[in-house]
Amino acid sequence: MNDDLNDLYQEVILEHAKSPRNFKVLPDANRVAHGTNPLCGDNYTVYLVMDGDVVRDASFQGSGCAISKASASLLTGTIKGKTRAEVEALFGKVHDMVTTGHADDSMGKLAAFAGVHKFPARVKCAILSWHAAKAAVAGGGTVSTEGNVPKAE
Amino acid sequence: MIHPTPDWSAIRKDFPILDQQVHGHPLVYFDNAATSQKPSAVIDALVRYYERDNANVHRGIHELSNRSTNAFEAARERTRKFFNARSTEEIIFTRGTTEGINLIANAWGGKFIKAGDVILLTEMEHHSNIVPWQMLAERTGAKLRYVPITGDKGLLDLDKLDSLLTPEVKLFAMVHISNALGTLNPVADLCARARRLGITTLVDGAQSAGHMMVDVQAIGCDFYAFSGHKICGPTGIGVLYGRKEVLEQTPPWHGGGEMISTVDYFKSTWNTLPHKFEAGTPDISGPIGLHAALDYLDAVGRENIFRHDLELATYAYQRLSELRGVRLFGPKGERGGLVSFLLDDVHAHDVVTIADRYGVALRGGHHCTQPLMKKLGVPSTARASFYFYNTKAEVDRFIEVVKEIQKFFGV
Repeated sequence: MNDDLNDLYQEVILEHAKSPRNFKVLPDANRVAHGTNPLCGDNYTVYLVMDGDVVRDASFQGSGCAISKASASLLTGTIKGKTRAEVEALFGKVHDMVTTGHADDSMGKLAAFAGVHKFPARVKCAILSWHAAKAAVAGGGTVSTEGNVPKAE
Repeated sequence: MIHPTPDWSAIRKDFPILDQQVHGHPLVYFDNAATSQKPSAVIDALVRYYERDNANVHRGIHELSNRSTNAFEAARERTRKFFNARSTEEIIFTRGTTEGINLIANAWGGKFIKAGDVILLTEMEHHSNIVPWQMLAERTGAKLRYVPITGDKGLLDLDKLDSLLTPEVKLFAMVHISNALGTLNPVADLCARARRLGITTLVDGAQSAGHMMVDVQAIGCDFYAFSGHKICGPTGIGVLYGRKEVLEQTPPWHGGGEMISTVDYFKSTWNTLPHKFEAGTPDISGPIGLHAALDYLDAVGRENIFRHDLELATYAYQRLSELRGVRLFGPKGERGGLVSFLLDDVHAHDVVTIADRYGVALRGGHHCTQPLMKKLGVPSTARASFYFYNTKAEVDRFIEVVKEIQKFFGV
């Protein structure tokens, strides 16, 4: 397997794609956001239980490629306990990482997605659930990767 | 015309683009249903036109304008002959299949489709043969109706056809070869059944033109649309065939230069067929490149091309079916030259990303057939689509890569 592919499909990504964490509906969610990538059919819903400004619990449901599913799995684990501002800041860091390959020490397991930057067509897979999470902490809605700049509706 | 079996390896050398490494591996180009590659003969024809003959058509008196007009109209005659249309009046140059269908939906549909009429489609249509009719239905109050398909095999459920062909049906638009399944539909039979009831017919030929013998008179359709870029021609040029009697009753779509006979400040009269449907300066190099492509395809022989593509598709289908954890779509027997598949527990986009790093160009996604994917219960499929310059050795390589992908994902 070539090196770029090993960078893209890191062990932690394959493992989370196969056994995604927090892969369920949260019945008491008070924020829900939907993320779709119409061009490839990736389709996720992110559920949050927010207590004021803080994410108390997070989960997701849906289907898509290994990259998008692993990303959603790691995302829901990472943002629990974070404030809206922290989630938004992390979104910026993840976005920067998957487009440039730069990951600082604070990224932890999320650094596994740095290899995505060598596959420009797959950036939208890695970032999809992050767009949904960003919309969810802001109140919920639907986001789409159609077009260059995904935007909340 | 009887063609000897072509020298396929010599033919492959006519395509300069195929001789390259991608990510350190020899390119295996299996995305032909999206667009085909171009032989030197087509590239050279475009260069020659721009280096020697370029001028606007149909209005100049000077030498270059004569040359470009002659070449432009010669391409129309070549296209007529290729599809056995009765007259060049029936050959309208468009930007591609999509524009051809939109032309009919707007110009013909705008005049002949009324509230309560039914437009009959099939469940395996490309978005380009669904959305223009939805837009027309929205404007007119007409309804859409679909001929269903039967499961993963992707054949039309023709037992249902008679009950669908009710008096309200005014148009039956159908794909000839499905880009997502490879299904080859019996369009001559479908058109005959529609014609007996006075229903106008349109065939989407995007995957059949240049891949098999297509005789529009034998099919008996009123309209047939295709794209040049999928059959070795340049992008941006397509053709809409329309039966003369129907085109004569159809008002123009776009207004402007070229399509008029006389223009007054308050009223104009239309040019004759086919110019009535070609407003403005057309794509001139496109038909010239298409002409070279049609010459090239006929030199190879369309029966040869069909047989070759079918052999590769049958072989790929067989090899894939021998692997565990592969779901195959489309019919097993006679079909167009493509195979649509899914690997258990591996998303189509992961398949395509990994195949690409091995130099194998596939397509993964909904193939612009979202309703069909929903019907099949899958978000997307991976697709290998072939043309006559592809080889059995390339299919073997593709199968090795599929096995690597399965190993990589531990399935």
